[in-house]
Amino acid sequence: MRKTQLFATACALALVAAGCGTSDDNGTTSKTGGTFEVPDLPMLDSLGENEGKVSILAWPGYAEDGSADPAYDWVTPFEKATGCQASIKTFGTSDEAVTLFKTGDYDVVSASGDASLRLIASGDVEPVNTDLVDNYADIYPFLKDRDWNSVDGQMYGVPHGYGANLLMWRTDEVQPAPTSWSSVFEAGSPYAGKITAYDSPIYIADAALYLMNTQPDLAIEHPYSLDEEQLQAAIDVLKVQKEMVSEYWSDYLKEVQAFTTGDSVIGTTWQVIANVAEGENVPVEAILPDEGSTGWSDTWMVGATSENKNCAYAWMNHIVSPEANAAVAEYFGESPANPKACDLTSKGHCETFHAGDEAYADKIWYWTTPIEQCLDGRTDVKCTDYSRWTQAWTEVKG
Amino acid sequence: MTLSRGIRITLVVFTLLTLVIVYAPLALVVLNSFNTSKSFAWPPPDLTFRWWEAAAASQGARDALLVSLQVAALATFVSLVLGTMAALALQRHRFFGRNAVSLLIILPIALPGIVTGIALNNAFRTIFGWDLGFLTIVVAHATFCIVTVFNNVQARLRRLGGNLEEASMDLGAGIFTTFRLVTFPMLRSALLAGGLLAFGLSFDEIIVTTFTAGAEAQTLPIWIFNNMFRPNQAPVVNVVAAVLVLASAIPIYFAQRLSGSTNQGLTGAR
Amino acid sequence: MDPGVDRGQGLTLSATLHRHPGLRLGLLLTPPMLWLGVAYLGALGALFITSLWGQDSFTGEVQRVWTLDNFRDLFQLEVYRTITMRTLGTAALVTIVDAVVAFPIALYMAKVASPRVQRLLVIAVLMPLWASYLVKAFAWRGMLSERGLVSWLAAPFGLDTPGYGLTATIITLAYLWLPFMIIPIYAGLERLPDSLLEASSDLGARSGHTMRRVVLPMAFPALVAGSIFTFSLSMGDYIAVRIVGGTNQMLGNVVYDNVGAANNLPFAAAVATIPVVIMLVYLAAVRRTGALDNL
Repeated sequence: MRKTQLFATACALALVAAGCGTSDDNGTTSKTGGTFEVPDLPMLDSLGENEGKVSILAWPGYAEDGSADPAYDWVTPFEKATGCQASIKTFGTSDEAVTLFKTGDYDVVSASGDASLRLIASGDVEPVNTDLVDNYADIYPFLKDRDWNSVDGQMYGVPHGYGANLLMWRTDEVQPAPTSWSSVFEAGSPYAGKITAYDSPIYIADAALYLMNTQPDLAIEHPYSLDEEQLQAAIDVLKVQKEMVSEYWSDYLKEVQAFTTGDSVIGTTWQVIANVAEGENVPVEAILPDEGSTGWSDTWMVGATSENKNCAYAWMNHIVSPEANAAVAEYFGESPANPKACDLTSKGHCETFHAGDEAYADKIWYWTTPIEQCLDGRTDVKCTDYSRWTQAWTEVKG
Repeated sequence: MTLSRGIRITLVVFTLLTLVIVYAPLALVVLNSFNTSKSFAWPPPDLTFRWWEAAAASQGARDALLVSLQVAALATFVSLVLGTMAALALQRHRFFGRNAVSLLIILPIALPGIVTGIALNNAFRTIFGWDLGFLTIVVAHATFCIVTVFNNVQARLRRLGGNLEEASMDLGAGIFTTFRLVTFPMLRSALLAGGLLAFGLSFDEIIVTTFTAGAEAQTLPIWIFNNMFRPNQAPVVNVVAAVLVLASAIPIYFAQRLSGSTNQGLTGAR
Repeated sequence: MDPGVDRGQGLTLSATLHRHPGLRLGLLLTPPMLWLGVAYLGALGALFITSLWGQDSFTGEVQRVWTLDNFRDLFQLEVYRTITMRTLGTAALVTIVDAVVAFPIALYMAKVASPRVQRLLVIAVLMPLWASYLVKAFAWRGMLSERGLVSWLAAPFGLDTPGYGLTATIITLAYLWLPFMIIPIYAGLERLPDSLLEASSDLGARSGHTMRRVVLPMAFPALVAGSIFTFSLSMGDYIAVRIVGGTNQMLGNVVYDNVGAANNLPFAAAVATIPVVIMLVYLAAVRRTGALDNL
């Protein structure tokens, strides 16, 4: 039968083709970064000529070139000073960042703690020679050599800044002003149908944080360190919340738009979203509830296969320079990494965002990739890892 | 007419109603391109030409438009060649597996776009080791455009039968000559109609394109996708869309004129 | 008129081809088949082979270890059954809505309208196809939002906008694919000879009867042809759902999230088999109705 022959040939060809395709694990590994193997990649010895272009993968608001708002542009000065033409791509979640960066199309990425280790482990980023970054010396010491941006004392990036996820609401639709995350998690909210939440499995940690405060008998010590039972409790909280959610967001502009039309009136946000909304004359306010919040501490990392490493280093140096770091910290709403930036930000900014306050910085539960070994130190149980969280998130959304 | 008056009036009413519903969102798009409110508040607080000026000056939109036109043109050309060859093969010969080939040609369009997208993405990157960019988009688009040309040419060939070609060869013309002087002129309008549909398909495609475009290449739909939600760019997107709708009347009108019988020209569907 | 320039050589080649229809067939078929058969089918095959592999969830690297885990998870976890049912249901409803809305206008265009009006109507039906899919979906997002057009229109009746959700998704998808349903039905009805309708009425049937017993059955293949598109397009759609669907996810979203966000290509490929299998079954089923000739 011609048909079956055709099919069989196609299958055979496909098998052969597939055998040649799809990337495999990276080659030699040597160091062990705590609980995972880290490929041995060389780092740049010295800086050379700038290559003339650099492809930046960034959180929205991190690399503004004036196209979103002409008043905010720290990319054009960079281009003029270094001759590196920057092309910028933004993403909505850390997962997207990892996936995009793995394509190899980008030279430098702003990775949060839940992306950085994964990129290191898969060999997509290489160690950074911090001696080549002039402004690195000024950065707050407590941001250097942390679990999420270094392995065995070797830095894999340049710290960008840190901040927390906030609770935002429409001041004309939500009264009285909310003070706690219970406004978005507790059943029977008066704003049911207009709540919004972040569309990423990492949001489970926010539910876990809520449980830490409201159900202490679950004994959750660390929101990214959940055993199966604790994870189930978090899932239940999120399922209750799902009934009240109008839509989840990962594109920050989609959230701006939802708040503008009033389809969402309360939910998780970043300061930059509130800023953009206020710029559009939408009455919103955003706070960090007293019980604490999840957040991020971001690191700029260089692609291992990048062809524009000099420009990449130039960008990293630029973004943590006092001027640029101040500009992005204000626009995005976070603490800068460079204390000198505090001289240039508006009055009170650094206080509001607790720049340099190590104690405060340690209270934010930074995005971290959950792994099987419990991050809170428990050894008697196995904690749920990120793929379980991803599955759980699909379950939650239903 | 053999349909009663009652039915005819019902049909007219339904038709008008349908047209209203079909064009309401489009009218809204055009209206919003004049809307002063960047978030398209309804009703519009005021009207302005600002966005039209911004659109005319928008480099991003122009570049994306150019890329889209080039991709569509190339994809259409490839699909014209391949679709015609396939149609000639299937219509003029009988062989085992005709149905399988027919099915295979329809497959890229019958399967959901995302499946085609990730399959091609995986194949391009890991099996062939190509960089994603302009050419990969063309290849992807050509793949699902083949069917529109194929359908049109096959339908036309079926209608025409093989007599004229046989007569031509009886008179001494070789195969290529026959094709050039007899077959091709007869197929011309079908090719045009199929090509036009293929062009339209490729021009507006977003799903497969997202997976095969890579970081650099930006077709118009990708540009729209990236700018749709941005407060400063969303109205410009509306302007672009409005222009597209209005401009589309021209090629469609020509397709109508040149395809002769109205239905044959357009039932490449999709 | 005279093709005499390279007559000698051309004649030999063309004569060879004329004497060997098999060779002609082969030459005609090879390029399209290489492109579609090898490249496209090969790509699909590679994708489905990937679904049998695993993934290191930490690094996101695909591991070429044969495993049925992906399919096991797919069948065991209830949420994927829910999503599949939801997607199927949506696709079916969209198809029905489109068929109901498309039939009257197609009938009018084919049988009642004058040739000039016919031509105008065809243009009118096709023009929206050129407005970007994204812009149309986004327009519906605006229309269905809190203070949008639908809410404004429904207010005098005491109703409100359905907001973002499954209803909105069905409305938007039905709107987007409507032209793909109208054109095949119109083409099919146009091929319906007027003489049949006249004969029916000569035999004493009233219009309604004629419609039910003559027109509809003959238009059925065309309806099915249109449904292939609306069904397939709805099964795989993930963009319109994200724009107007609120918290809903469909199969396309699960595939997209696993490829784009979770970087779990093996699982995405496994999920992708569901719509593919459904469409293949659908295509096989409709082949017998002759719809494929009506495409």
